[in-house]
Amino acid sequence: MSMERDLFITEVALRDGSHAIAHQFTVEQVTRVARALGEAHVPYIEVSHGDGLGGSSLQYGLSRTNEMELIEAAVSVSGESKVAVLVLPGIGTVRELKEAAKLGVKMARIATHVTEADVSAQHIQTARELGLETVGFLMMAHMAPVEKLVEQAALMESCGAETVYIVDSAGALLPHQVRERVRALRQRLRVHVGFHGHNNLSLAMANTLAAIEEGATRIDGSMRCLGAGAGNTQTEVLVAVLEKLGIKTGIDVYKLMDAAEEIVAPILAAPQEITRDSLVLGYAGVYSSFLLHARRAAQTFSLDSRDILMEVGRRKVVGGQEDMIVDIAAELARQKTGAAVNQEERYG
Amino acid sequence: MVKVKVAILGSGNIGTDLMMKLRRSSVLELTAVIGIDPESDGLQRARELGYAAIASGLGGFLEQPELADILFDATSAKAHIRHAKALKQAGKTAVDLTPAAVGPFVVPTVNMDAHLDDPNVNLITCGGQATIPIVHAVNRVAPVDYAEIVATIASRSAGPGTRANIDEFTQTTARGLELIGGAKRGKAIIILNPAEPPILMRDTVYALVDPERMDRHAITRSIYQTVESIQSYVPGYRLRSEPLFDGNKVTVFLEVEGAGDYLPTYAGNLDIMTAAAVKVAEEIAKHKLSNTVV
Repeated sequence: MSMERDLFITEVALRDGSHAIAHQFTVEQVTRVARALGEAHVPYIEVSHGDGLGGSSLQYGLSRTNEMELIEAAVSVSGESKVAVLVLPGIGTVRELKEAAKLGVKMARIATHVTEADVSAQHIQTARELGLETVGFLMMAHMAPVEKLVEQAALMESCGAETVYIVDSAGALLPHQVRERVRALRQRLRVHVGFHGHNNLSLAMANTLAAIEEGATRIDGSMRCLGAGAGNTQTEVLVAVLEKLGIKTGIDVYKLMDAAEEIVAPILAAPQEITRDSLVLGYAGVYSSFLLHARRAAQTFSLDSRDILMEVGRRKVVGGQEDMIVDIAAELARQKTGAAVNQEERYG
Repeated sequence: MVKVKVAILGSGNIGTDLMMKLRRSSVLELTAVIGIDPESDGLQRARELGYAAIASGLGGFLEQPELADILFDATSAKAHIRHAKALKQAGKTAVDLTPAAVGPFVVPTVNMDAHLDDPNVNLITCGGQATIPIVHAVNRVAPVDYAEIVATIASRSAGPGTRANIDEFTQTTARGLELIGGAKRGKAIIILNPAEPPILMRDTVYALVDPERMDRHAITRSIYQTVESIQSYVPGYRLRSEPLFDGNKVTVFLEVEGAGDYLPTYAGNLDIMTAAAVKVAEEIAKHKLSNTVV
């Protein structure tokens, strides 16, 4: 099988998909997925808590299995494929990054909100020192104007990032917006440009193709859309589409289809689809991992989850602020029922 | 009333905010502000307000050490390590606002009494000052097995020092939750939010307590007591809602609005540091004065 590649795909189901299953991955699931990805020659496999290393928390959800065990399992069966980890400075630290590197991880993706790239300097530098391929990951890219994105990407490049990703965490970008962002980055940066989409507005594939046309060569996908919100660009579909376009991914599309169908699909309680909640994520521009949290809060406070998500969007809440969901839900519930209940519940 | 003389090391935002706060203290008398840039806004203001404005760093101060007995250090962790040594030799007390952690961690409402004679005390982090007392308030009713805090601050209030070493924040705060808050295990998360107008500092505290000792009524009361005592030195510190209970999990939402002395009001994270530092120094000063009288 030819390993010639025009672009490099990272499969993110074992990281972004963690959100969709409330961080319940088991060693067995990860082992099966990673082995199949290795056999299909997918170049990179990302494995971490959904919020990156150290993300296991009451804020985001506790991991059922220690992520280091999951990483170790993936490394042991992934063959030629390289295992990547995600780190969000402020949540994960250099300490966890070093631990992951010891386990055989080959790539570190350092993620910040699109305007806060400078907090990643310490982690990017450490990743480089550890000999890892180092990626800067600018999340919630729809929240900043193009010039700001370019400035922040250049900052990551100057810190040592070898690739900078435009990350559409909310699945809110439209194809022409992706196009102008990739184009601007390609003009300014010397390093690779990547794109990570979410399918909340059913645009993950269209956006990914727009990014590739503009010269993005590092692309994320998740099999069966096993990612936050409505999931990411569906990897096995993307690989087939790219093959039809004559773009070489070096991935065995048949094997990837099998992995998606036989190994990934059973992990999901229900197939990924664009529900009204995930649609609202894209519509309101809200971080995709807020989906399950908003549903739970809606239930607790007897609210419509869409009302919570719309309010979250209005307040320009950024990734990682899951606590705001309950805070806002409590506030909306108070407004709904009036202040009278308050006093009774005070010591309730 | 006799006051204890104090000086400020560092003429940046934090140092200048401290200067404004110290003007109100009935226990502390600010005499000098020490910087390295004579043109800095902080030193110019110090001169205007009639304080000695020393532009030659700690060395300049040590030529006239009688100026102050307690020094606030609002420079950097690296500089403080140097300062700490020199101040100790000169017999001065250091109240350290940097992450250097040379001296023990102090939170005014929690463990101040144990450190009144220490030559050097450290203010931990802004997130620590805001959340550790809450964990402590829960822990004194029901033992906390795990405490986790999420501090969200306005991007504009996160200085270059914090940004260059954000791990220092998470790791130091987590240690404070354990050492001072009393949690068996602590975890801290920090998030920067760039929204305009800037958001107020928010902190969320989660605590998992011993289910056998869960007592909503007593925990809520204990939290209210703590909030009230913090409000005595940080007036803009408040609960955003009643504490929430879910099984053995306690969730507390906090908000910190700054006093707006020199820093803008949204920078509650910086305000709680300078306010706590003044409070700590006042306690030390009172202790020094009472010792002198006796």
